[in-house]
Amino acid sequence: MSTAPLIREEGYKWGFYDPVEALYKAKPGLSHEIIDVISDMKGEPQWMREFRHRALEIFWKKQNPPWGSPELQSIDFDSIHYYVRATDRDARSWDDVPEYIRRTFDRLGIPEAEQKYLAGVGAQYDSEVVYHNIRKDLEAKGVIFLGMDQGLKEHEDLVREYFGTVVPPADNKYAALNSAVWSGGSFIYVPPGVKVEIPLQAYFRINSEAMGQFERTLIIADEGSQVHYVEGCTAPIYSKDSLHAAVVEIIVKRGARVRYTTIQNWSTNVYNLVTKRAVAYADAVMEWVDGNLGSKLTMKYPSVYLMEPGAHGEILSLAFAGAGQHQDAGGKIIHAAPHTTSTIVSKSLSKDGGRTSYRGLLKVYEDCYDVKAKVRCDALLLDETSRSDTYPTMEIDAPDVHIEHEAYVSKLSEDQLFYLRSRGLSEDAAAKMIVNGFVEPIVKELPMEYAVELNRLIELQMDGALG
Amino acid sequence: MSTPLLEIRDLRAGIAGNEILKGVSLTIRAGEIHAIMGPNGSGKSTLANVLMGNPTYEVTGGDILLKGERINDLSPDERARLGLFLAFQYPVPVPGVTLVNFLRQALNAVRGQEVPVREFRELLFEKMDLLKMDRDFARRYVNDGFSGGEKKRAEMLQMAVLQPTVAVLDETDSGLDIDALRTVAEAVNRIMNPEMGLLLITHYQRLLNYIRPHFVHVLIDGRIVRSGGPELAEELEARGYEALEAELAASGN
Repeated sequence: MSTAPLIREEGYKWGFYDPVEALYKAKPGLSHEIIDVISDMKGEPQWMREFRHRALEIFWKKQNPPWGSPELQSIDFDSIHYYVRATDRDARSWDDVPEYIRRTFDRLGIPEAEQKYLAGVGAQYDSEVVYHNIRKDLEAKGVIFLGMDQGLKEHEDLVREYFGTVVPPADNKYAALNSAVWSGGSFIYVPPGVKVEIPLQAYFRINSEAMGQFERTLIIADEGSQVHYVEGCTAPIYSKDSLHAAVVEIIVKRGARVRYTTIQNWSTNVYNLVTKRAVAYADAVMEWVDGNLGSKLTMKYPSVYLMEPGAHGEILSLAFAGAGQHQDAGGKIIHAAPHTTSTIVSKSLSKDGGRTSYRGLLKVYEDCYDVKAKVRCDALLLDETSRSDTYPTMEIDAPDVHIEHEAYVSKLSEDQLFYLRSRGLSEDAAAKMIVNGFVEPIVKELPMEYAVELNRLIELQMDGALG
Repeated sequence: MSTPLLEIRDLRAGIAGNEILKGVSLTIRAGEIHAIMGPNGSGKSTLANVLMGNPTYEVTGGDILLKGERINDLSPDERARLGLFLAFQYPVPVPGVTLVNFLRQALNAVRGQEVPVREFRELLFEKMDLLKMDRDFARRYVNDGFSGGEKKRAEMLQMAVLQPTVAVLDETDSGLDIDALRTVAEAVNRIMNPEMGLLLITHYQRLLNYIRPHFVHVLIDGRIVRSGGPELAEELEARGYEALEAELAASGN
């Protein structure tokens, strides 16, 4: 059973926890036995069980990346619970969700949001998806929106065709770990020509202490289809760290359009090490909108592989690092075909000694002519103790390309503050206004409800930012 | 005689231990327009910034009173809420913040209460019409990519919406061509009212062709060396600051 959260943090309103014993909680640590337990409980096909076992071997062999935060070395893999099942069913009605879990999602506003402005909702609590539902009209058009486990059960052929093809287990240590112990996440399939006009949302909640959440999401947008998927996440604040290592794979077929929006708001005792990648085919558009506000350490670089002519990739990255936080975020675009275009915009904010790093890759393969790419990184430091770094990598192997790259680091400007204060705004209000303006290029890309939510989260982070 | 809106008494101020204002005194009453003229480096912009409470500057002596209240120790926002306004010589860009959003928050702040959206919109459009501004202008980001003329017109719009008691215009004519100057001056004349006091800070007399001051003061080396009526501005324009400085030197002043 979880111990009560020890650390209370001002401004983080999602730090509550449910003191209910889980239905099943694996002993801490990793082993082949654990994998068999997970696979048995889920009743998985043999190929998936073998996939997991192979991935575990890869995980054990792989080192942490030599770059990035030295904090990675302090993750204690033996103390983490890799599988915590609170309930044994993925409900389609909130009435069928255990009451204490339902209460948690009520407090997070999820059922209400579903009623108001979502086409479908998935909710994951620790290791398992506890709720999934999609509007009937979309279901009738053949849109599939399920928990990943359910997806594997009901659409095994489709899953088997794509699972692990965009992010193979050997991609990196944490992709291997996820491949070994994955549980939950979303499975989405949008049939040719179907446009899902309003967002599907998944909400990820960690409740247990020293828990590892390893959701696995697979999105397949068939030719000419369109979908917008939004994810949010929070956790209680415990004295022991938790680990969130997700893998997201997206296939955007000819002429399709996918937007994947994240508002990451983990408590500051969560390591957030996520691999997100999309492949975009002819005339397809893939957009990542990636907002990172929470976590102790985030390392996440959503990627787009532009595979065929006419493909366009876009990454909008927003990071806010407060005290004790390191947001190592950015994006990767790989131009693997001619006539492809891409944009990366990164905006980062640091305060109270927080650290943001922009890490990005722009790669253009040989023979990929007529490529246009633009990278823009802006960092804003809110005080003297905070830090921001930029690690842009460019590998351009083709001659006929048009690349623009700009990077700026600025401090909260005294001139701006004085100007705004001369119009009656308090120092706090002036700083918030400057920050809101700074992030506006990202926020304006969000649906209204999320824009409001993001601005509110930023304001919470800003509270007390200035003495 | 009406109550003074702004009183400056023997004001001394500077930056990093270097005294720039060496005892400035000035009184502005309701309905009055004062002009302060002076050459470069005389302390004109320092005066504007010190009145508004720019923390970069240090006040070393004297008093500033707004409607009888001493404001030396108040922050810029507190001064604004008491009815002081500074039109900046170099308005600062605030990317990502629309003028309409900025003005709404500023108005809420100076009024100390939330102004209903409808009321705000009506006020904003009324003032934009008054200043003959295109309504789309309010949707642009504050001073971001504005031309020199647009920046100064945006300052005037802010003044019109916030309706201060005392407005200080710091070199509002600088960087404007003659048409833009005329437009901005017209805006000032439309905003000015009998309950308000206005302090124009300028290097050149040309602004005063369009906004007629009641009083003109000459600031040289941190002191007001002469005060008079509008004719003083014309005299300066004709003879130049050097002639006046030479005259003062000769009189041992």
